[in-house]
Order: sequence, then C-alpha cells, then structure tokens
Amino acid sequence: MTGPFASLLKRDLTLVARTPGDYTSPVIFFVVCTTLFAFVAGTDVSLLKTIGPGVIWVSALLASMLSLEGFFRSDYEDGTLDQILTTPAPLPLLVLAKIIAHWISAGLPLLLISPILGILMNLDLFSTIILVVTIAISTPVFSLIGAFGASLVIAQKKAGMLLSLLTLPLCVPILIFSVSAVLAAADQAPVAGHLMLLGAFFMFALTLSPFATASALRVMLGN
Amino acid sequence: MLQINNITGVRGDRLLFKNLSFAVNEGELLLIKGRNGAGKTSLLRLICGLAAPETGDIFWNNESITKIRPEYFRALIYIGHDNGVNLDLTIRENLEFHRSLKACPSKNQIPEILEQLGIARYLDVPCRFLSAGQKRRVALARLMISDAKLWLLDEPFNSLDEQALNAVVGFVSDSLDRGGMCLATSHQAIDWGDTKVSEILLGNST
Repeated sequence: MTGPFASLLKRDLTLVARTPGDYTSPVIFFVVCTTLFAFVAGTDVSLLKTIGPGVIWVSALLASMLSLEGFFRSDYEDGTLDQILTTPAPLPLLVLAKIIAHWISAGLPLLLISPILGILMNLDLFSTIILVVTIAISTPVFSLIGAFGASLVIAQKKAGMLLSLLTLPLCVPILIFSVSAVLAAADQAPVAGHLMLLGAFFMFALTLSPFATASALRVMLGN
Repeated sequence: MLQINNITGVRGDRLLFKNLSFAVNEGELLLIKGRNGAGKTSLLRLICGLAAPETGDIFWNNESITKIRPEYFRALIYIGHDNGVNLDLTIRENLEFHRSLKACPSKNQIPEILEQLGIARYLDVPCRFLSAGQKRRVALARLMISDAKLWLLDEPFNSLDEQALNAVVGFVSDSLDRGGMCLATSHQAIDWGDTKVSEILLGNST
C-alpha cells in the first residue's frame, strides 16, 4: 500500500517503460538535429565552437516540445484524469508526480546524451560540464512549464502547434541564460551568475506550476 | 445525505436543466432518466464536483461540497462514461493504482472482486487485449476496492452481459444495505429487486 503520489509516479514510470517510442523519439530528434548542424559547419572548427552551444540548446528545447502533447493525453481520453481529479489527495501534488515522471522520460534522456553532443560540437571539457549542468537545471523547467501549457490545451485534439506557441516564449529566458552560461564557460568567464539565475527559474516554476496546472485542469475539465 | 439545491446546468450555450432540487438519503438509489443529450452525464459531473453548476449548491452532510472537497471526494466514487482504465497496464495494475488514489480502501481482495465479475483469469493481462464489456467490468470493479459511500454511476451497464449486470446490481444493493447511496443513469430496464428506487426525469424543458 503506497500513497497516491508514489503510486501515480510508479504507474507513469511503468507506462514509460512499456512505450519506449515516447522517450526515444525526442532523443533521436536531439541527436539528428545537432549532428546536421555539424555537417553544415563543415571544416570550420571555430564556427562550430561559436554556434555549438546554441545549436545544442535549440535542439534540446525543440526535442522537449515533442513530448509535451502527450502529457495528459491518454489520461484525459481514457477518463483516468476524472478519477485523479476526484481524489482526496491534493491535486498539485499529483500533478507534481506526473511532472517528475515526464521529466524522467523526456528530460533525463536528453541530459544523458548531451555530453556526447558537446564533444561532437568540439566544446572543451569545462564547457561540456557546464552544458550538462544547464540541461540538468532547465529540462525540469520545461516539464513544469509544459505541464501548464498541456493542461490548457487538453481538450484540443491536434494541439501541438498551439502548445508550442504557448510554452516556447516562456522557455526563451531559460534558453538565453543557458547558452550564455556555456559560452561564458568557453571564454573562461564566470558562470555562477547564469547558473544561479537558472536555479531561480527552476524554483519559480517548481513552486508555481503544480498549482497553476491543477487549477487549469479543474477549469478545463469543468467545461 | 446528499442534497441538491436549485442547480442549473448548461452545456455551451444550451440550458440543460434549471432549478433542479432533490435529495438522496442513506440506502437510496436514484435513477436519472432522460433522452440522449438531456444532461444526465452533465448532472453527474456536477454532483461529483468535476464541474461547477451555474447556480445553486450541492450539499454533503449539510456542508457545501466546494468547502469540504477532500472529505467529499473520500466519500464518493465515480464511474464515468470513460472507463478510467489504462490500456497498457494490466487489470491488477489499474486497480491497485485506483485503490491507492482512494483514501478508504476496502478489505476486498482484487482477485475475489474479479471472480465475481467473471474476469479473474485476466488479472495480469494488459487491458488492451480485453473486449469492451471486459473493460467495463474492470471499471466497475473499482466500486468494490473502496468503501466509498456515494456511488455515481454513468451508464454502468453499457456493454455488460447478463452475468456481469447481475453482479453489479448485487454490488449496488449490498452497498445500499450498508447505508450507501447510489445515483445512476441508465437506459436499460433493470430489475432492482426489493431495493428502494426513485427516479428523476431530465429534459422536459426543451
């Protein structure tokens, strides 16, 4: 007998394990997109070094968008969400369980593959480490923001485009500070400021998103 | 006791029912009747707190359900039109998940419940491989995994065969005997035995 939070998390992770296509396709997109840029840059190693962090980051952001549409999709369609909304457990807590499960399936694989892409883009060791750190802080933010976006478009069938329009602008600050952190690392400049700001974004999203998402779900399912 | 006071329900721009009031006491079964589109499902969703009525209030033990949400959700179980059954999980996984969502689990063992519904041998089969009627039975098995007092059933007998239908009727009358309450929508004429049944009819306004 486990609590609702743990059991929802366990259930979602079981589902992730049973449908590998859901988490492999964003990773493949991430790798392919980054690799294609490496071809475009040709033999110009310095160009690769300049655009590398940006390319990796834009690919990571777009790859994260791919998995958002399915955030609440199956739970909404099969009626599980109605059940989740009529339980005594606090809804923001249950939403947080879904967000954690989503990050493990969508964010963690990107994080694991990112050092290889850093090396591919000819980043030095320190920049690669900073790249991994920024992705580790930022992908949870994408899941948090994405949950809110996905809850708003839950009743729409083909909402991928709308969802991107809603969530991408919110993710732009993360993109800016992450790329500047990696570029600063490449220039041997201090990176702590950038990382702290990213941490602040993370805390901000973590404290707000579960509540906002829970309210949005109640409103959207009440119609 | 569940009390509905003057509630008005709308869907989009359409008025479904206006100033509807009724009460359900312990041991009572209320059937919600009406033609398709009359607002039976909408009424159930209002009562289970998934949607808010345009006007009026719903009271559970004399307190508005919006004020005592966790307590109210602890007391109710809702079987909607959609089964709430994930197709990639087995019957056991689905039911154990739902059991943990509900605060007051009953002592009934999952295999025994499934035995009564005639799907015990599919316990570890992913629900994707079950027929529509079997999936419906999995949804209805949820009734027995918690000790919820208030049962809200939306077309519970859809795609059920005789045996499962009788099992569910048995579940309902057992629950009512224990002081439960049940609201159900159904198109079928069901023999409820000696259970006290009242009815409301929706959809006279248009």
